[in-house]
Amino acid sequence: MSIGHTLLGLLESGPRHGYDLKRAFDEKFGHDRPLHYGQVYSTMSRLLKHGLVEVDGIEAGGGPERKRYAITDAGITDVERWLVTPEKPEEYLQSTLYTKVVLALLTERDASDILDTQRSEHLRSMRILTDRKRKGDLADQLICDHALFHLEADLRWLELTAARLDKLREAVTR
Amino acid sequence: MTPPPGSLLAAEDLRKAYGPTLALDGAAFSIHPGEVVAVMGPSGSGKSTLLHCLAGIVPPDSGSITYAGRELAGMSDAERSALRRSEFGFVFQFGQLVPELTCVENVALPLRLNGTSRKQAERAALTWMERLEVDGLKDKRPGEVSGGQGQRVAVARALVTEPRVLFADEPTGALDSLNGERVMELLTDAARSTNAAVVLVTHEARVAAYSDREIVVRDGKSRDMERAV
Repeated sequence: MSIGHTLLGLLESGPRHGYDLKRAFDEKFGHDRPLHYGQVYSTMSRLLKHGLVEVDGIEAGGGPERKRYAITDAGITDVERWLVTPEKPEEYLQSTLYTKVVLALLTERDASDILDTQRSEHLRSMRILTDRKRKGDLADQLICDHALFHLEADLRWLELTAARLDKLREAVTR
Repeated sequence: MTPPPGSLLAAEDLRKAYGPTLALDGAAFSIHPGEVVAVMGPSGSGKSTLLHCLAGIVPPDSGSITYAGRELAGMSDAERSALRRSEFGFVFQFGQLVPELTCVENVALPLRLNGTSRKQAERAALTWMERLEVDGLKDKRPGEVSGGQGQRVAVARALVTEPRVLFADEPTGALDSLNGERVMELLTDAARSTNAAVVLVTHEARVAAYSDREIVVRDGKSRDMERAV
């Protein structure tokens, strides 16, 4: 996730202090990984340098947490561009798993064993997410669903590979 | 072979052939009260045959199945039928509700077959329909409700006798993912509240994620992933 763009997006509704930005980020997006203050301030100084935000005011007392940031027109354009650009579909685990399966076949190990163990590990994660989803609010449900669908896609690949192991063995040991 | 300690239903070394096709080839299984176990595997791997054997619907060619300490093979047909009616509940991919009966009559049916009065049976049926959030459909016939609603009615019917084991064979296979997940939530919540064991046959990982553990069936052989790791 682009923290810079997310913080910029949060600033679109109005200027905020650094600590306020961190709180808003953690509440909405940081379920698993809350931001460190250091990340907020290093990101804000980068955005400042690029003219995407400006300092809107400084409270008495000094220190970086007292700065209030506002998004600039360039910042709004940047958020807009980020939002409309599709993410590169990532290949996640397949390449690693494919390598493991092929190596197992080449060394005459049990490749279906690797696939079964991986399925079990995926299901373990899916159980945790499903449980969190059952207990959570709509935001939790949507975040967990996204992760669940990705894990499910991996699992479909595992099943397909399991069904094709004999052919794959022929192909790679030829 | 002795079943694992504390297990309610256990099977060892099951073999079953349909003509030249070996459907089960030494499969094993065990489940504890209150546990949800997913039976996974590709189409034709033998998972439905395993469920049918465990439920006493189909006898295995060899191997042992014990329920609450008793060998299924040692029971008479009448005893096995009684077991299926009172101790086991069933949910299939398509609800298989009786089209001529209303939803509440469908849910009450297993109790009626066990000799419960109509009034009592329908009262209990309605309680289960409330839990499955379909009490509003009590006077409708299965043809008048959606797939997801019909499946919840079928789950209520499976649970109305408070079975000790619920067998669910692809219970969400005919539903879209939102409805399927709701059915799974309600089914597993209801089963856990009565400490029923659930044998859940599915090829869908998202459905299996509602289980406590899974066994994988491939070429008629089973692999218990919890015990394997």
